[in-house]
Amino acid sequence: MSMTLEQSEQRKAWGFVAPALAWTLAFFVVPFLFMVAMSLWSRQSGAIVRAWNLDNYLAFFEKAALFKGLVNSLEITLIVTVLSVVLAYPLAWIIAERVPKRFQRMALIMAVLPFWTSYVVRSYSWLLVLSKNGVVNQTLMTVGLVGEPLELASNRTATVIGFTHFFVMLLTLTIYANLIQLSPNYRRAAADLGANAFETFWHVIVPLTLPGIMTGAFLTFVLCIGDYVTPQILGGNNELVLPQIIMLQLGRRADFPMAAALSIILMLAVTLAYVLCARWLKIERA
Amino acid sequence: MLRNVLISTASWVYATLIFGFIFLPVAVLVLFSFQDGRLPVPPFNGFSTQWYTAVFADRKLMAALLNSFVVALFSSLIACLLGFLAAYALARHKLPGSALQRGLLIAPMTVSYLIIALGLLTVLNAFGIPLSLSTVGIGHVVINLPLCFAIIYSSMGDHHVNIERAARDLGASDIKVMVLVTAPMLMPSILAAFFLSVTFSWDEFIIAFLLSRFDVTLPVEIWSLLRSGLNPKTNAIGSLVFQVSVAVLMLLEFTLFRKTGKS
Repeated sequence: MSMTLEQSEQRKAWGFVAPALAWTLAFFVVPFLFMVAMSLWSRQSGAIVRAWNLDNYLAFFEKAALFKGLVNSLEITLIVTVLSVVLAYPLAWIIAERVPKRFQRMALIMAVLPFWTSYVVRSYSWLLVLSKNGVVNQTLMTVGLVGEPLELASNRTATVIGFTHFFVMLLTLTIYANLIQLSPNYRRAAADLGANAFETFWHVIVPLTLPGIMTGAFLTFVLCIGDYVTPQILGGNNELVLPQIIMLQLGRRADFPMAAALSIILMLAVTLAYVLCARWLKIERA
Repeated sequence: MLRNVLISTASWVYATLIFGFIFLPVAVLVLFSFQDGRLPVPPFNGFSTQWYTAVFADRKLMAALLNSFVVALFSSLIACLLGFLAAYALARHKLPGSALQRGLLIAPMTVSYLIIALGLLTVLNAFGIPLSLSTVGIGHVVINLPLCFAIIYSSMGDHHVNIERAARDLGASDIKVMVLVTAPMLMPSILAAFFLSVTFSWDEFIIAFLLSRFDVTLPVEIWSLLRSGLNPKTNAIGSLVFQVSVAVLMLLEFTLFRKTGKS
């Protein structure tokens, strides 16, 4: 035997890791690189021309309709992220602090139960609530608050509500997980030093749970900015977000190069958010 | 004392409001799936199971349901198997560039499903590979493999190493150690990874939408139902999926996680 034991061990290990690596390379890395290449090609009179240029990226900055998509995406995502954190934090706090220990797990499961509705159906069910003849309008009209049904669906507010509904549940989980890890000694120490309940909460508890908040907020950002379903169902066709514009390129126009370029831009936005987030967390910890 | 009462009251009010917000759409969805009439909005005309009957009589929906099940099962099995093998190799052997390999395996987690789907679609088009349930399955393995790998890898603590070494000293081959020693020890996290993958695949829309053609999965079929606007049949299939998910979740909660939670 020319191979040492160590070499044969290593060879076996390569055999175990190879299938997963091959799958990731073949069906993730290669397609991704192909998409990058595609974004530098263009579509002319129905055919894809493999001539390298930056036209698609330039068009993104020149055509207002495309650029507005990114602006809409960023605006909606920021509103949703902030709103979800603000709504989820008190709920997580209540479950962690005010609910008796043995009921906490149940309370948490209940708080995220609608998480398990099908993703497409979840947005649809908000239509039942918000549409012209939906629950809210009918209730308002029965009570007599409004005479005419309000236009609650098919706009940005509906999209924000649909998203916030989903991410409040997600953030409640991440923030709760952070809150229950805090030692009660922090609160005792703060109280000993003369802080009242609010001061303790604001100056001690909130800063200590920032990592949990940021993790959840980043997750919200990534999932929200990349989502096509919720804005498509709830937003009507007003104020399109970037994923909707990407899908438009695929559907009617079959403009794969443009769709690829817009996807890369979407990805860069997410990467930028990640870098800012990671950096900010590092500064906070230092 | 007074302040405590105030905080308690405020907490209750807030919790009630936010639970109301969280449950409102689901409650409306389920309630109006029993609507005796053509519109799933108030007023509630009376209790009827006609829409559930309609769902079960709908060939396309039932086919999509089966497709979803098959795709979820197979893609999760593959993702778990590949994830487990990779985790075993990277946790138990010293391989060059292991940090890079781990990073590569996790990478798809950081990319939007839309982008993963689009990349695969462009490549499949370029090679002239027709879209089918298999291509959907390939996409679902891509998104679930990082998850399975991460979950199983993080549970491969050093405390298991000695048991595996003992098995090897007694003459067991690598495969035998994996199947008879490592896998059973890690069964809770393998099962967690598997069921998580199943739920992700089961509910995934955009990859299934872009990478399928004639045979579609349930979310894609529901998507095409949405074109008919508000329809109690959509409520019925939505409620069914929700009830099944909750049942599975409860089953896991009271069997799998109850046990591991204490260990």
